[in-house]
Amino acid sequence: MADTSATNAFVEFERVQKSYDGENLVVKDLNLSMPKGEFLTMLGPSGSGKTTCLMMLAGFETATHGDIRLDGKSINNIPPHKRGIGMVFQNYALFPHMTVAENLAFPLEVRKIGKSEREKQVKIALDRVQMGDFGGRRPAQLSGGQQQRVALARALVFEPELVLMDEPLGALDKQLRETLQFEITHLAHELGITVVYVTHDQTEALTMSDRVAVFENGRIQQLAPPDLLYEEPENSFVAQFIGENNTLEGVVKEIKGGTCIVQLDGGGLIEAKPINVTKAGERTRVSIRPERVEFNKDRMAEGAHTLKAEVLEFVYMGDIFRTRLRVAGTDNFIIKTRNAPDQVRLKPGQQIEIGWLAEDCRALDA
Amino acid sequence: MSDVNNATTALDAERAEKEYSGPMLAADGTPLKRSLNRALRRQKLRALLLIAPLLIFVLVTFIAPIADMLFRSVENEIVQDTLPRTTEALEQWSGEDGTTPDAPVYKALYQDIYIAQERKLHTRLGSRLNYELTGASSLFRKSGRGVDDIGEVYQDQFEDLNEFWKKGENWNEVLGSDAWLAQIKDWDKSAGTPQPAFEMRDGIADIFPQTAGYYMIFADFVQNEDEDNLYKEDPWPLIYSAFYDDLTGDTASVIASYSGPGATEIAEAAAAATGFETVDYKEAFTKIDKDWGASPIWGTIRAYSPRFTNGYFLNSIDMQKSADGAEFRPENERIYGTLFLRTLFMSVCITLSCILLGYPVAWILANLPARTANLLMILVLLPFWTSLLVRTSAWKVMLQQQGVVNDTLVWLGVVADDSRLALINNQTGTIIAMTHILLPFMILPLYSVMKTVPPSYLRAAKSLGATNWTAFWRVYFPQSVPGIGAGSILVFILSIGYYITPEIVGGTTGTFISNRIAYHISSSLNWGLAAALGAILLAVVLGLYYAYDKIVGIDNVKLGG
Repeated sequence: MADTSATNAFVEFERVQKSYDGENLVVKDLNLSMPKGEFLTMLGPSGSGKTTCLMMLAGFETATHGDIRLDGKSINNIPPHKRGIGMVFQNYALFPHMTVAENLAFPLEVRKIGKSEREKQVKIALDRVQMGDFGGRRPAQLSGGQQQRVALARALVFEPELVLMDEPLGALDKQLRETLQFEITHLAHELGITVVYVTHDQTEALTMSDRVAVFENGRIQQLAPPDLLYEEPENSFVAQFIGENNTLEGVVKEIKGGTCIVQLDGGGLIEAKPINVTKAGERTRVSIRPERVEFNKDRMAEGAHTLKAEVLEFVYMGDIFRTRLRVAGTDNFIIKTRNAPDQVRLKPGQQIEIGWLAEDCRALDA
Repeated sequence: MSDVNNATTALDAERAEKEYSGPMLAADGTPLKRSLNRALRRQKLRALLLIAPLLIFVLVTFIAPIADMLFRSVENEIVQDTLPRTTEALEQWSGEDGTTPDAPVYKALYQDIYIAQERKLHTRLGSRLNYELTGASSLFRKSGRGVDDIGEVYQDQFEDLNEFWKKGENWNEVLGSDAWLAQIKDWDKSAGTPQPAFEMRDGIADIFPQTAGYYMIFADFVQNEDEDNLYKEDPWPLIYSAFYDDLTGDTASVIASYSGPGATEIAEAAAAATGFETVDYKEAFTKIDKDWGASPIWGTIRAYSPRFTNGYFLNSIDMQKSADGAEFRPENERIYGTLFLRTLFMSVCITLSCILLGYPVAWILANLPARTANLLMILVLLPFWTSLLVRTSAWKVMLQQQGVVNDTLVWLGVVADDSRLALINNQTGTIIAMTHILLPFMILPLYSVMKTVPPSYLRAAKSLGATNWTAFWRVYFPQSVPGIGAGSILVFILSIGYYITPEIVGGTTGTFISNRIAYHISSSLNWGLAAALGAILLAVVLGLYYAYDKIVGIDNVKLGG
C-alpha cells in the first residue's frame, strides 16, 4: 500500500473506521488513495466491509473515525446530494413511476438545467448505452440488462467525475454480465471517469479493474493490479480468494536466498518462494496455481520440482481439463490442462508424477 | 440418417403449424381451448366448493337481507292492500286542490276501513301515511272507531224490521250451502277438528252479489283469524249495508223471485228497504273528522296508491309529492340534504386528518429496525383491541368542557376558564374521535406500501443531487400514493357510514346520515325512508369509488406486497 500518500490522489481514505453498534468495527483503519481516472474494484466476501466503504464515500454512512477526501477536500460533513458522485445500485433503483427519460432527466432537473439542454443530454446519455429508443418506457417494461444500462446512463448523465457501483451486475445472467463488464470498462475509460466498483465476483474484479482491493474482515488484504493479485498474492487469504489454488501445508525447513525448503505434512520436501515466512520452523501454506502444474515430462520446465500423485477424478470442461489428484496426503489437489490435440486425458487411478517451478510455488502464512 | 429424418419431420410439422390458421389443436386433435377448459374444470369445481360455504353464508345472511331492505325503499303495497276499493274509486277523482272525491269513494272508504279495522290494519296504514301527511295516523285511528256507527244505521233498521236478521244462524241458513250447514252444525270445537270452511249456497252470489262478497270476507275473518264458530257469529254492520245495497240495487228484480231459505223475511226486507233511512257516507266521515272533507288526505292517498313509490327517495332528498309532481319541501323542513353534505364533508375531514397524522407514523414504522417497528406497531394496533365504545367514551371524558383537555388548556393558560372550548357534542368532537378510531386503517396500508419501497430509491435520488425534500417529494411520495389511496378509501368509506361514535360524541351538529337512518329504523319505524337513505348512501359510496377508479385507478390501491 505504497500509494496512500500519492500526491495526485483524487479519492482518499485516511485511517477510516466504521462501527454500527459501538462494539465491532466493520471497517478497520482503512487507508486508500486513488488517482483520477482509475477503475478500482473493492472485492471481498459479504460482510467484509466493502459496501460500507462505498456508502461512506457516497455519504449514506458517516465514518466513525478518519477522513475521506475527494479531490483534496474532506467530504465527511458534505451531504450526499452535494458530493456530485454518480452511483449505480445493485437493484438499479430506477424510479418506477418515471419513464426512462424522466429518470435520466431527474439529476439534471434538480440541478436546474433548462428543458432543451436537459433533453439533449438525456439523449446523449441514452445513446451512449444503446438505449436511445427506450426513453418513453417505464423501468418495469425493460429487461434486467436494459435496466442496468439505464441506471448506468443515469449515473453518468450529470457528468460526475467519480462513479460508484455497488454490485451492479449481480442480478444478471453470465453472458449479459460479461457483455456489460466490457461496456462499463469501455465507457469509464472513454469518459475518463474515476470508478469505485464493489463486487464479490473475482472474475469481474480481475477483468474490469485497474486495481483491485481485496477486503477481508474490515481490512484491505491486498491492493494491486489484477495480474499481480493473481500471480503474486501476498497472503493465503488472497491466494485462496482469487482464482483456484492448491495449498499444501508444512513447516519451513530452511530459507536461503530467494528460496526456502518446506517439509510437507503429508511427507516430501518441496522448494518454494518465501513470501511471508521469515525463519525456519515456521508453519506455512504453500500455494500453487493449478495451471502451473505439469505432469507431462516432455513439457516440464528445466529444474522443475516433482512429486508423486494419483489421479482421483477427471472433468472435461471444454476449453480445459480439470483433474483432481491425491498429492502429499491431500485429496484436493487440482491441475488444469489446456484442451490441445496432443493433450493426454488422465484416467482415475493412474499414478503420475507432477512438477512445477519453484518460483510458481509461494510459501505464505499459515 | 434417422436424425436427419427426424429433423425434417419436425421442420415440416412446424411449417404445417404456421400454415394452419384455425384454432390451436391439442395433440389429440380437439381444440386446445376445450382441452384446457376440461383440464381446469376439476380445479375450478374444487375452488368453488371451497368457497361455497362462505358464499352461501354471505348470500343468505348479508346480501339477501340487504337487498330486501333496499327493496323497502320503493315498496308501497300497504295502501293498495288496505284500501283496495278506495284507491280504485279514487282514480275517477280529478285530484285538484280544494276538491274532494265523490260519494262512491267515501262508500268504498267505509268498506275498506271497516274491514281494515276488524283486522286491525288501519292504524298501520295510518302511520304509513303519517310519514307523508302529519295527522293521518290519528285520522285513521279515529275513523276505525267511527265506522261501526255508520253501518249500524242499516243494522238497526233491519233488526227493528225483523228479529230474524239479528241472528248469525239465520244469515248462514240463507247464504251457506246445505252441505256446509250440515257440517257446521255437527262440528264440535272442543273435538279439535278444524272448522268446516264456509261454502256459499249455489247461485246466491248472483242474487245478493255484494252481501255475498262481504260475507265471504266476514266468514274468512271469523273462521281463520278469530277462530270463532261462524254459525253462531252475528254479522258485521258492513254486511247489513251491503244487504241494503243489494235489496235496493240492480238485482232487486231477481230478489223478488227468490225462493230459498228465509224467502219471506227477504221479501219483507226488500219491501221495507226502499223506505229505509239512508247514510250519506261523505257526511258521516266528515263528522268523524273534518279532514276527510278536505283534499290533502285524499291527495296523499292517491299519490301513494301505486304498489311502488319514489316517495321515500323524494323524502330523503328533501322533496315531496304534490299534485303537480315532485317539489322541494319548504326551507325549514329540509334536513337530509344538509345531513348528506355534512356526512361527506366530515368524512373528507377525517380522511385528511388521518393522512396527515398517519403518514409520518407509517414512515417511521417502515424505516425503523424490525424490533422497534413491531413495538410501535403494537401501539398502533392497540385501539383495535379495545372496545369501540370504550374508546369513544374515553373521548367523551377527555373532551368535555370540564374534561382533561380543557383542564390542561386552562392550566396552561391557553384558554380562559370562562371560555372553555366546546370540543364535544359537535363536529369537532366527531372529527377528533373518529380520526383517532380510524387512524389504524390509514396507517396499516400506508405502512405495508412503504415497506415495499426500497431505501435505495431515496439514496439514488440523493446521489443524483436531490435534496432530502426533493428526494422525498419526487421519488418517495409518488410511490407511497397507492398506500394513501388504499387508506383513504378505507377510512372514507368506513367513516361515511359510521354510527356509534357520532351518536355518542356528535351531539346534534356532529351526527351523520347513519344516525338518522338508525333513528328511522329503531324509533320512527319508517323503514322505507331508512332504506331509501341507505340506498342513497350506498350509491354515493359506489359513485365515489367509481370516480376514484377513474381518476386514480383501483390498480394503484395497494394493501401491501
